[in-house]
Amino acid sequence: MKFTEEHEWLRVEGDLVVVGITEHASEQLGDVVFVELPEVETQVAKGDDCAVIESVKAASDILAPVDGEIVEVNEAIVENPALVNEDPLGAAWFFKMKLDDMSQLDEFMDEDAYNDFIG
Amino acid sequence: MSGLKRTDLYDLHLELGAKMVPFAGYEMPVQYPMGVLKEHLHTRAEAGLFDVGHMGQVLVPASAAAALEALVPVSVAGLAPGRQRYAFFTNEAGGIRDDLMIAHLGEELLLVVNAACKEADFTLISAAIPEARMIADRGLLALQGPGAEAALARLLPGVAKMGFMQIDAFQWDGTELWISRSGYTGEDGYEISVPGNRAADFARELLAEPGVAPIGLGARDSLRLEAGLCLYGHDIDTTTSPIEAGLSWAIQKIRRRGGAREGGFPGAERILAELETGPARLRRGLAPEGRAPMREGVEIFATPEGGAPIGTVTSGGFGPSIGAPMAMAYLPADLPEGATVYGEVRGKRLPAKVVPMPFHPHSYKR
Repeated sequence: MKFTEEHEWLRVEGDLVVVGITEHASEQLGDVVFVELPEVETQVAKGDDCAVIESVKAASDILAPVDGEIVEVNEAIVENPALVNEDPLGAAWFFKMKLDDMSQLDEFMDEDAYNDFIG
Repeated sequence: MSGLKRTDLYDLHLELGAKMVPFAGYEMPVQYPMGVLKEHLHTRAEAGLFDVGHMGQVLVPASAAAALEALVPVSVAGLAPGRQRYAFFTNEAGGIRDDLMIAHLGEELLLVVNAACKEADFTLISAAIPEARMIADRGLLALQGPGAEAALARLLPGVAKMGFMQIDAFQWDGTELWISRSGYTGEDGYEISVPGNRAADFARELLAEPGVAPIGLGARDSLRLEAGLCLYGHDIDTTTSPIEAGLSWAIQKIRRRGGAREGGFPGAERILAELETGPARLRRGLAPEGRAPMREGVEIFATPEGGAPIGTVTSGGFGPSIGAPMAMAYLPADLPEGATVYGEVRGKRLPAKVVPMPFHPHSYKR
């Protein structure tokens, strides 16, 4: 699993990459009450706003971590936003992407580096 | 967090694992490990203990009721000993300088004002009432929720028979407490003024009672919003009149046109006129139709496309007890209940219904 400085995790699954937010991010956000996900078949560029999370405290944007196409989204977290707090690394994945170039993943942190990053 | 003040419960908050944030010049607990959502639900189901020691407590002689009536549009002279009443300081333009509680302790009136306004309020009060004293050495706790009576009555049995908006002095362990049956969550409960050097001891006694949990500012905000109550600086301020804010219920007949002590407070001309003719805009409740919260600053439109905004959200968020988003906004007073308006969230106009408040029913001990 790879981690971004924006507190997203990326997991390779066949030729796709699954994206979610880290446990640290979900703790910082507090109780999540609303999630908006991108449309499938959307082409996104790294840094584009592509999902929204609202907690009891505030709204946050989820940025596309890499260039590629959104091929699947997790409606379960739209139906039950609390899942993002309950299982951020598992059942509460956000979307799956088909990457233009898998080598984009190389720049991201591994788990140890991410744990150092969040201190 | 340098330059910030601390309440008498600061060490207790840290011990309880609170996340501290700056609020109105104080370091205050925004949440405890339970989290905002569960703290909110816990308060509605059992009992929540809040530190509101950052708020200002001012004592004036009971004989100063007439002088106080020159600052607020409510009947202070008509407030009986042992009773408490909601009020607001108005300005010459008919806006609100602050909202407050006035409680009659017998010899003196206790004024409880917002933390962010307390210095300005004290300047205003002492100009009118030179004997006014700011009580800096007392803390303030709120115990709220259906379990509040049982928890507090185990320490002080006399509180069980108090009714909503009554206040009395109680002796606890050689210490005088001023306890009112009131609060700002929509729940039954109490507010307790306690000497600062005993505040943490008393808080610990309450937390040891079954069902009592510490609750932070995050849940305090969602609780008061569900209860349809105004937050000063957001839903009411120097530009909103009490009538626009839907607070005319707090202005007794005796201070209105034709009353024995009509007017005589700042902004009386506008406020009394609006009472008779109705304001052009009114604080209204909004129920967004989807799950997306409409937060403070979201502009409200009459139509799904085009046109100028007809109002702005002053408070908004997710209501844990109603399981849905909720908001307050100043909107044209003639919009009927049930009307659909549109809030612009992230560039999209989302529908919301104009609904009556509170969003969650009050359960005061009448």
